[in-house]
Amino acid sequence: MAKLKSLMNVFRQESIWISIISIFLGLLIGAIVMLVGGYEPVLAYQSMIEKIVGNPYDIGETIRSIMPLILTGLAVAVAFRGGMFNIGVEGQIVMGSIGALFVGYFLDLPPVLHAIVAIVVGAIFGGLWGMLVAWLKTSRGINEVVTCIMLNWSALYISHIVVRMFMMEEGTARSKLIQDSASIEIPFLIQWFDGARIHWGFIITMLLLVGYSFYMNKTKWGYELRAVGSSKHAAHYAGISVNKTIHRTFFISGMMGGLVGTFEILGVFKYLAIAPTTSGLGFDGIAVALLGMNTAIGILLAAALFGALMYGSQGMSFGADVPGEVIRMVVSIIIFFAAAPGMLRVLFQLRRSTRRKEVSARGNDSVSH
Amino acid sequence: MTAQHDIVLELKGLTKRFPGIVANDSIDLQLRKGEILALLGENGAGKSTLMNMVFGLYQPDEGEIWINGQPVSMDTPSKAIELGIGMVHQHFKLVPPFTVTENIVLGMETKKGLAIDLKSSAQRIQELSDRYNLNIKPHAVVDTISVGMQQRVEIMKILYRGADILIFDEPTAVLTPQEITELLAILKGLAAEGKSIIIITHKLKEIMEIADRCTVIRRGKVIDTLEVAAASPEALAERMVGRNVSLHVDKEAAQPGERLLEVKDLHVKDSSGQNMLRGVSFDIRAGEIVGIAGVDGNGQSELIEALTGMMKIESGSIRLEGKEMANLSPRTVSELGVGHIPQDRHKHGLVLDFTVSENSVLKSYYNNPMSKLGILQESNIRKEAERFIESYDIRTPGTEVLARSLSGGNQQKIIIAREIEANPKFLIAAQPTRGLDVGAISFVHKQLIAERDAGKAVLLVSFELDEILDVADRILVIFNGQIVGETTPSATNEQKLGLMMAGKLGGESSNG
Repeated sequence: MAKLKSLMNVFRQESIWISIISIFLGLLIGAIVMLVGGYEPVLAYQSMIEKIVGNPYDIGETIRSIMPLILTGLAVAVAFRGGMFNIGVEGQIVMGSIGALFVGYFLDLPPVLHAIVAIVVGAIFGGLWGMLVAWLKTSRGINEVVTCIMLNWSALYISHIVVRMFMMEEGTARSKLIQDSASIEIPFLIQWFDGARIHWGFIITMLLLVGYSFYMNKTKWGYELRAVGSSKHAAHYAGISVNKTIHRTFFISGMMGGLVGTFEILGVFKYLAIAPTTSGLGFDGIAVALLGMNTAIGILLAAALFGALMYGSQGMSFGADVPGEVIRMVVSIIIFFAAAPGMLRVLFQLRRSTRRKEVSARGNDSVSH
Repeated sequence: MTAQHDIVLELKGLTKRFPGIVANDSIDLQLRKGEILALLGENGAGKSTLMNMVFGLYQPDEGEIWINGQPVSMDTPSKAIELGIGMVHQHFKLVPPFTVTENIVLGMETKKGLAIDLKSSAQRIQELSDRYNLNIKPHAVVDTISVGMQQRVEIMKILYRGADILIFDEPTAVLTPQEITELLAILKGLAAEGKSIIIITHKLKEIMEIADRCTVIRRGKVIDTLEVAAASPEALAERMVGRNVSLHVDKEAAQPGERLLEVKDLHVKDSSGQNMLRGVSFDIRAGEIVGIAGVDGNGQSELIEALTGMMKIESGSIRLEGKEMANLSPRTVSELGVGHIPQDRHKHGLVLDFTVSENSVLKSYYNNPMSKLGILQESNIRKEAERFIESYDIRTPGTEVLARSLSGGNQQKIIIAREIEANPKFLIAAQPTRGLDVGAISFVHKQLIAERDAGKAVLLVSFELDEILDVADRILVIFNGQIVGETTPSATNEQKLGLMMAGKLGGESSNG
């Protein structure tokens, strides 16, 4: 009962309404753009919705597109709560897929165990790649944004080298397939969803979403993470090891990223392609975390919105002949409007201290600070 | 009122409610032309809320504001400025890289064609400065001038806009003693020139010195308005807190026991490699309060951080009950029995975005009973916070509100409760009463003395000489990273201590 009440409270917050209004504004401006270009916005949105929920296969694929966004949203949110910006999820995703691919391709293990080992190794690969950022930050004082961006490219090129050296599929630009024993597909669900690629990563992601909320709010490690995130000085005074907490935060954040790569390998593609750039999922995670205000429920909703939009936009070109460029524009506008309040919030957080008097429940006389 | 006083500002039944609290309850107040009216009240009494309504930042729920005999609606600060009201906030609102003149004219620049005519503005500022004795240099860059001077720029800003009613929110909180003296003289001068001034403060000494009348507010209501000339500080303090407060600290003579803390030849460098402590040695016995007197920046912060493990030391030793604790981690030091009320409660003492509950367990959250197997025990944590709120009279709407939303005095009480209830052997109190009102100050002092009487060693670091002289049993004077003198409150006075703090007088000679 109390749970439900607190859940409903989320919708009473003004910020929720800001988000909802922003999304509608985005759809509206998107429609105007389409009108100007001579397309039919109503038909386009109709086709988009049809693409999202029209048949079991599309429903399944929509869910599949949402999942990695939840994970990258969590990855970014963990770091945010710890007072840091993980813009390196891209690289952590790649490292996770390398780990999973190695285990999936080279090890011979019985079915379930094989998948578990691959998932664990993939997560650890991502986590360690994230921790490298934290280590450079604490030991050398390098800003995490700089190292994150450099390590994204490093990870990508490492993946090229690894695939080329150890498991190149002749005549293609991708690796060999993982063994079937490492697959994490859920056959009966795939059947239900008419062949949509649903896998165990979905269940794990949902558990991680709950786990995130629990870890942040109910455990002493979450307490430390939030303390460091909100005031390093106070955390240091309280005897919390700030550096250790930063390492831990980035390890967890990187693990979430690593799992995205892992699930894509084990559950969807079964191979790693030699791609010219990274997937972009990690960057989308930034918007998801901002829009979701770093809360579990918010991230779930934001990822659902983004995932559905991205997948559904494919329908717009089939159904309403809207060219890809316009679709991308419309989707970007919606995302921009949806994420703008979150970004503004983050920017204005710095100014919040000056607004202290207004939020005061006492109408206080503040004293010298 | 009678005709002999011109009333420039009158508040009639002003009421302001916030969720869960009536911040101002039907307040009546009159400001006469050319007077200095002090607005006295404890932290959270509603003084700032009231002035924010006068300045148009808040809208009253009930009541009227009259200016020069006319009712006005004060909906925005610009309306207030138009009506001749100016406010100097506690936190200055200046653009650091701009010059004084640029800051002052910001938003109302005189233009000469398309260009801004700074020359004539600077001239006018110079005139105003001469007239009111502000001593402002119009072309100085704000970044490079002292805090006291920045405040004068703020004053100039409102004079330049033609204010006749000047409101000051805790103007002396950020100033050095020297700057305070100068500011008070300026305020007197302004009043003599016909400006009417309201000064929000809880420093009785300043009220006695400059105010004509004093309106006392307690819990959102006007308690009394007194003619200062006929009032005593004790009477003011009593009106403010609603009970008798002794402005002097009552305490028995100390009965020092065994040597608890021994500091030997401590050397500390700051991050830029500068020597901040250069061979500091002293000890503290159980059951005594040792005060460290000194001007800010002579190594006090470094001493505290070294003692608490927050900063590494170069050489020397720190022993608690004979056990070496130099360069141990802050957590280990705290577990050995060192409590620390930090100098900056916002930076170190609290996580402002944590709740009162969470802040109550900032140093104990990781242990049974606050957490078990890594899981926070919320009910135990809340009980701890409730216990603190109860026994330290922390005024808060609840345990789950953010520490940020409490007034300074109540924030400080959370810290004091937490540090004292952890039952330390050695308690460090750094500027423990900074920014607190009389009632809260006396509460803090009593707590420190109670700790002493319970056989703890207490180190009191303060820039307020009154506090050191009242509370400490033994005084060490720190200057330039060294202890330059030792004395006792009975053997010295403010003047002598002041000279020692400036490094001009040895401790031995002050014993005579």
